[in-house]
Amino acid sequence: MINILGKRYYYFALSLLLIIPGLIILAVKGLPLAIDFKGGTLLELQFPTTQLPETSAVIALYNDMGFKEVQVQTALGISGERDILVIRSPFMDDTTKIALVDQMKTDFGVSEISVNRFDSVGPVIAQQVTSRAALAVAIAALAVILYITYAFRGIPHAFRYGVCAIIAMLHDILIVFSITAIGSLLWDWQMDSMFLTALLTVIGFSTQDKIVVFDRIRENSSFLRKLPFEKLANHSIVQTLQRSINTQLMTVEFMLMSLALFGGVTLREFAVILLVGLLSGTYSSIFIAAPLLVVWENQEWKTWFRKQSANA
Amino acid sequence: MNRRYVNLIIILLLLALSIWIDLPSNPGIKIGSFERSLETVLGLDLRGGMQVILSVPSEIAVTQQNLQDAAQILENRSNALGVDEVVYQTAGERIIVGEYPGASNAEDVIGKIKETGQLEFVDFGDVRVPEGTVVETDFGLSASAGAEATPTVEVTPTTEATATAEATPEATPTETTSATRYHTVLTGANLKSVSVVRGQLNDYTVALEFDSEGADILKEWTTANVGKILGIVLDKAVISSPSVNNPIPDGQAEIIGSFTNESANALAVQLRYGSLPIPLEIEQIRVIGPTLGQDSLDKSLLAGIIGFGIVMLFMGIYYRVPGVVADLAIIFYALITFAIFKLVPVTLTLPGIAGFLLSTGSALDANILIFERLKEELRNGRTMRQAIDLAWRRAWPSIRDSNIAALITAAILFWFGSTFGASFVKGFALTLALGVGVSLMTAFTVTRTLLGLVVDLFKDPEQRPGLFGL
Repeated sequence: MINILGKRYYYFALSLLLIIPGLIILAVKGLPLAIDFKGGTLLELQFPTTQLPETSAVIALYNDMGFKEVQVQTALGISGERDILVIRSPFMDDTTKIALVDQMKTDFGVSEISVNRFDSVGPVIAQQVTSRAALAVAIAALAVILYITYAFRGIPHAFRYGVCAIIAMLHDILIVFSITAIGSLLWDWQMDSMFLTALLTVIGFSTQDKIVVFDRIRENSSFLRKLPFEKLANHSIVQTLQRSINTQLMTVEFMLMSLALFGGVTLREFAVILLVGLLSGTYSSIFIAAPLLVVWENQEWKTWFRKQSANA
Repeated sequence: MNRRYVNLIIILLLLALSIWIDLPSNPGIKIGSFERSLETVLGLDLRGGMQVILSVPSEIAVTQQNLQDAAQILENRSNALGVDEVVYQTAGERIIVGEYPGASNAEDVIGKIKETGQLEFVDFGDVRVPEGTVVETDFGLSASAGAEATPTVEVTPTTEATATAEATPEATPTETTSATRYHTVLTGANLKSVSVVRGQLNDYTVALEFDSEGADILKEWTTANVGKILGIVLDKAVISSPSVNNPIPDGQAEIIGSFTNESANALAVQLRYGSLPIPLEIEQIRVIGPTLGQDSLDKSLLAGIIGFGIVMLFMGIYYRVPGVVADLAIIFYALITFAIFKLVPVTLTLPGIAGFLLSTGSALDANILIFERLKEELRNGRTMRQAIDLAWRRAWPSIRDSNIAALITAAILFWFGSTFGASFVKGFALTLALGVGVSLMTAFTVTRTLLGLVVDLFKDPEQRPGLFGL
């Protein structure tokens, strides 16, 4: 039988390798929060032609109206032409927006500018939503730990299963943050409400997947009591491997690939984040959650420092 | 009769019902007081429209009742705009979320929200008009919004109250009880402050203070009209009809009546804030272009169908007979879930569809778990019937526990979404929970029943492992 758990520290290293670059980007650049979570205004303007005004001119116009920190991007419209301006600025109300668009029409000599999207989020509510979203995830995690502890009460150290599942889930969350950070660097991705939806999906899937793998350990431990825990866990992983791969293929590869490839532009970022996150969800069940159980069972942290001192 | 056939009949009945509900041409259901139009409700992100989030400033005390009243008033007002069905909902303790499907003109919407209820003091002569009666007055203008975001009575129409006998058509109520057009003596514009005073005998009065201009008008009118009724009218509806006991010389009026603490305060709030019981600030505005939404919807639908097709193909090729049965079960699952979405009704948003896809994933996962088990048991030399029974029994704990964990997560997210007006999170959680529930049902009844029936069709299924992907 394949020995998956033997190389557990390699998997941990691989995960860190994926997570750390993203975290560095986040540490340097800060979270690429969209206006949903930090407040501000996003204005998407559809121009009749591709003769878009200069970015600097738009920024100057905003500055005149008292808005600092303005970002301007161009985007492809429905027609496939680059005739859209996306402008991010601090929070503005509707009256100001109307004045601003009118001013643009005069300044840039355009008769018709239509507003495709106008999102304006006050800083107070944005902050509330962000902190409460974090709280909701934390409560959900706690509830899942409790449930797993309850469901696994028949086998020794049930609490560990819950904790390891949540650590692996945190791993998946970090992977999602990391890929988004990299995306923000390369393609200007932002953490918006769609990002939160993707994150929630990953969290939901992640715990489900962990429980399936743990369930096999639970079942096997009733008649393979004499086997060392590491063997038992490895055995269980291998038994569920086919299911893990197939479920992963179904939910992630097929469904999301098609969403990423054929879905609208608005969904692409969402689909890619989900793709990576759900893949990570399956990966971490096998290569993070179960190995962590073994590390805990063997209390391996006691030997970590001994090894180091031996090497040194 | 074999229990399996009973199950099959139940499943087929359920399926027929679901298909009937799913049909786009379904006219709707009406059973007694239960009524559903059964139209697919698309969220703002899919059909375009506008979302507004309003909050109560933190220094104002607010009850749930205030918030609900305000939401109701705003909804009524907004529906007068004539766009599609506007929905206002409260979220948490201080937030109201308004959704305007199809609206793209933010100005109209915001104008309507900012609009102050028009408070008038009206000469009713000798008639004590009952509360709630809609009357016509000669105050010529409906209130229009100023630059102020909070609907307080300080925001006033620029035109003075004049005696021109002109009422705007929109403001004229359809159910005017009398053809009399009353004279407006004063408007809320002249009202400086309102307070509730508690007397020695535990009686309550509502004290009004007018500005100097208001005081002059009031002095003149009350001196000439002692004993007459000075009605208080809000948005053309009578809220109180006090009579004038004495001339009021200094702009300090008191409304005396059989008030309780609550009723006095309720009147004071109405006087203070116009029709809204609480002041509201606009926290968030979102306008989503309908073309953008339609683009997403079409392409996502196409993507979903392609993805679904590949999944079905894979299941069939990999798991053979059970795979095809599972495909049928998944189609049942999709039809039943969609029927439930229409019955509830669930507003479909992109996150909602994501939740649905995730639950489709767990429906598939349940089938895969069972079939992998089935193969294992067959390899261990069990007979087909034994293997099917064992596969279900052994796969059940993992399916149950993983799905319960998903339901827990969904419940907590639903709470979060409804508290903070994050309707997208709420939609996700709701479709996920419903989907997971249905998927548990289909994996354990539909797949099992169908597989049992199909296996019976083959003689010696154990001799033909190819049929089961072995």
